[in-house]
Amino acid sequence: MQLIECPWCGPREEVEFHYGGQAHVPYPDHPAEVSDEEWAHYVFFRDNTKGRFAERWCHSAGCRRWFNAIRDTATYRFESVHRLDAPQPHATELARSRRSTAP
Amino acid sequence: MTSPFRTAEGGRIDRATTLEFTFDGQTHTGHPGDTLASALLAAGRHQVATSIKLGPPRGIAAAWAEDPGGLVQIEEPFPEPMLLATTVELHDGLVAHGLPGQGRLAEISDSARYDAVHHHVDVLVVGAGPAGLAAALTAARSGARVALVDDQSEAGGSLLSGTDRLDGGPALEWVAAAVAELAGHPEVLHLQRTTAFGSYDDGFVLALERRTDHLGTAAPKHVSRQRVWRLRARSVVVATGAHERPVVFSDNDRPGTMLAGAARTFLHRYGVLPGRQAVVFTTNDSAYDAALDLHRAGVRVQAVVDARPAGSPRREECERAGIRVLSGAVVTGTQGVERITHARVAAFADGEVGAVSAIACDVLLVSGGWNPAVHLFSQARGRLRYDEALGAFLPAEELDGLSVTGAAAGVFDLAGCLTDGQRVARAALTALAVPPPGEDRLPTAPEPVAPAAPLVLWRVPDTSGAGGHTSFVDLQRDATVADIERAVGAGLRSIEHIKRYTTIGTAHDQGKTSGVLTSGITAELLGVPVQATGTTTFRPPYTPVAFAALAGRDRGRLFDPERVTSLHDWHVAAGAVFEDVGQWKRPRHYPRPGEDMEAAVLRECAAARTGVGLLDGSTLGKIDVQGPDAAVLLDRLYTNLMSSLKVGSVRYGVMCGVDGMVIDDGTVLRLAEDRFLLLTTTGGAAKVLDWMEEWAQTEWPDLRVHCTSVTEQWNTFPVVGPRSRDVIGAVFPQVDVANEAFPFMTWRDATLDGVPVRLARISFSGELAFEVYVNPWYGVAVWERLLEAGRPYGITPYGTETMHVLRAEKGYPIIGQDTDGTVTPHDLGMAWAVSKKKPDFVGKRSFARQANQDPLRKQLVGLLPVDRRTVLPEGSQIVELHADGQLPPPPVPMLGHVTSSYRSAELARPFALALVKGGRSRIGDTVHVPVDGTLVPVEVTGSVLVDPEGARRDG
Ligand SMILES: [Zn+2]
Repeated sequence: MQLIECPWCGPREEVEFHYGGQAHVPYPDHPAEVSDEEWAHYVFFRDNTKGRFAERWCHSAGCRRWFNAIRDTATYRFESVHRLDAPQPHATELARSRRSTAP
Repeated sequence: MTSPFRTAEGGRIDRATTLEFTFDGQTHTGHPGDTLASALLAAGRHQVATSIKLGPPRGIAAAWAEDPGGLVQIEEPFPEPMLLATTVELHDGLVAHGLPGQGRLAEISDSARYDAVHHHVDVLVVGAGPAGLAAALTAARSGARVALVDDQSEAGGSLLSGTDRLDGGPALEWVAAAVAELAGHPEVLHLQRTTAFGSYDDGFVLALERRTDHLGTAAPKHVSRQRVWRLRARSVVVATGAHERPVVFSDNDRPGTMLAGAARTFLHRYGVLPGRQAVVFTTNDSAYDAALDLHRAGVRVQAVVDARPAGSPRREECERAGIRVLSGAVVTGTQGVERITHARVAAFADGEVGAVSAIACDVLLVSGGWNPAVHLFSQARGRLRYDEALGAFLPAEELDGLSVTGAAAGVFDLAGCLTDGQRVARAALTALAVPPPGEDRLPTAPEPVAPAAPLVLWRVPDTSGAGGHTSFVDLQRDATVADIERAVGAGLRSIEHIKRYTTIGTAHDQGKTSGVLTSGITAELLGVPVQATGTTTFRPPYTPVAFAALAGRDRGRLFDPERVTSLHDWHVAAGAVFEDVGQWKRPRHYPRPGEDMEAAVLRECAAARTGVGLLDGSTLGKIDVQGPDAAVLLDRLYTNLMSSLKVGSVRYGVMCGVDGMVIDDGTVLRLAEDRFLLLTTTGGAAKVLDWMEEWAQTEWPDLRVHCTSVTEQWNTFPVVGPRSRDVIGAVFPQVDVANEAFPFMTWRDATLDGVPVRLARISFSGELAFEVYVNPWYGVAVWERLLEAGRPYGITPYGTETMHVLRAEKGYPIIGQDTDGTVTPHDLGMAWAVSKKKPDFVGKRSFARQANQDPLRKQLVGLLPVDRRTVLPEGSQIVELHADGQLPPPPVPMLGHVTSSYRSAELARPFALALVKGGRSRIGDTVHVPVDGTLVPVEVTGSVLVDPEGARRDG
């Protein structure tokens, strides 16, 4: 059982947290204007990265705050955690790689 | 009753006290400090059981948890199967018998207590042998928070089994001083009888403490029998020692065959001689200590058989003592019936076995080298490497926050273990930025004598003619060299496959003696290096742990929290039959004497439809949403418009996921411009709160809104039926309950004897109804006032079953029962609840997807069995017959399934709700539902079967 660093509370037991899937998948600004395919990508498609991955986590049995994390999906190790109101150091880079894999 | 093999003196046992125990029906004696195994050996008994598959006798082969042989069933003080005689501490009144590999669970429930403790430390040291004690002392002296756990009854590790000296005195005197010093550090937790059985991420280690087992029937009842320690350490030091391994030869399972180191343990720790006449077979120097110690204790050591052609520098020592040493020789087999009588010995050179002669003995001591106990390191995903010289697997890397020291790291001499333990602890402290202690003296150990190189020998060629079928690798599984040969012959290469094919290493001991042997023998058979074969994966638990201990206090009623409303005691007194809804206990119905559920529900339904009924709806989820942007958040999450709701009014709403599928529904009360109370389903309360907070935090952090669960802060009592207005009017005379003043889907604040009460005209039954909200402190009082006022109208408390019937008659779906995550509001016939005005809300875009436009989507409809008798089982499939009245050929297409089904008092017939492909276009059709092998014709109807105009509800 891992210790996960909540950016608000500090290290806490894994069981206090909820996984929220891939980070930086924003709700489209104008859903009515996107194509069915683009919408389907937002709703159904997520990256399945081996290695460093930007993810969302929620400290659901603690402060109940959502935060982002960079985690290695192969080793499970957390590299860093980020408050939502803080700069997201890896967001741009990961978002770009995501776009390049989209059709 | 006698203990002929007990030494006259020595050992760590309390000879002044005699314990009596029964094994296989025979009474024996022993002393505190004995294990069941040492006491049996003292009585001259090696055999404990018989083999599981083949039947020959099996005995005690080791002195602790690595023993593959001596399985016992405990009968008294409490039945417990599959324990090792070597790890059962002796106590008065113990009753046990040997087991051929399979035990029997107790038929009575275990009344002992089990618990768990969380503990956080800077440094956790596992193992209180010389390396572990040195590490613990260094860590403790630095002022760090330390835990030291060790699986034996007392500290000392290997020092308990020998005659080592430190600082010029017996080493155990140093152990005692170290333990005393640790006890003086307030930040040190020192636990004996505590086995660290699992090592996980981030310094998380699980350990099992056996707290009262050694006390037997004298165990105090208020003390937990076993405790799981959930240890979280910033740094873990693994000082778990090493397991001796045997060499495999023919008939090596015969009782009297034992690891050489175990014989030293039985002698020095328990004051027991394993026999009178010994042969010692070894590949390394360590067994010479066993030979010489036993000789000094009076055992006739017939020969030391050393497989190494050059033998050992310790040969002279033996010969001075009159012990014959045969170098370049091996034991090829044993003779005897229930116990060994002879060891078969032959010259051994270049892998060839010479002529065999038999040497008489009653005990054969074997040492094939030592396997470092790398289990905890490996469980933490540490990589291992095979050491050619030792013939063993060692840690191959440094792990963050976990280090290995002493024999577990391949350090086998006492002085080396002490300095290595100290070194590792200092490194751990440095990594934690804790200054290592200034004063940190180690005891002086004798200069180590460099041992001669061991010979790596996994097995002796089988010259017995048995073809390896009697050369046992895993005694507990009756698995032999021949079995490994068969596995390799069948084409298996991976050690994991060979383990599963042969079952080697899958017994209670998890391959402590057999695992590395299997790697070595497999590598030989495949002609590959042992490193390439590797080991099987080390998984927790290191030793078996009872489920009772893992469950701890989480048993029975404490297994999962039970949630009850403030009315619970009233419900119990009223004879309610309860059902579980999530963690809630809800009254399902209130049977009167002689009523079954069907009769009770028909009566309760009739009361609500014709008079007045009362429900405890307090389990409904309630979320208080506050803030200037509260209405904005609700507009984005509900399919309908909430911002237009007037203060004082109520609106029904549906929430969908981004995929457009319904996730919850309920009513919303607008309490103020910036405040709403949301009612969710009982089961969906936590999920809806999560959902709202997720969107508010992750997508719309600019919204000024907060959500709080207030489920437990309000009791909710629906008062339901045509006479509900009379009841509410009587209890709240200051409230104008006339329809014009208090219409459907509005709420009003009221007071009752100064207690604030909220009234809402909400109906989940289709009847005229009022919901009464009150602080649970006053719940029972208000409930009783309602009952009192309703007495003239025959007010009837009803449960969830009646609630379900009433709502189903009205076609109100239960999200999660009538839906399954693939159902849209449109599928439920609730297009009216989907706003066309709002530019967007969660789920809206998905409604335009092609799949959501399919006219053949499953839609919610009503079903009326034509026979007016059959209650369709929920979950039943729905099929359609061909025009000729025949079933289509298999596979018969399924149109959908029954989601809710009840008997209706109002309709005087059973009815059902169902999800049916293109259901609304089939209204009026007859379809079929298979029930108990016959096809029941049912008419498809609209989903609302009672009062479709809503005249009652609105009246
Ligand atoms: Zn937190």
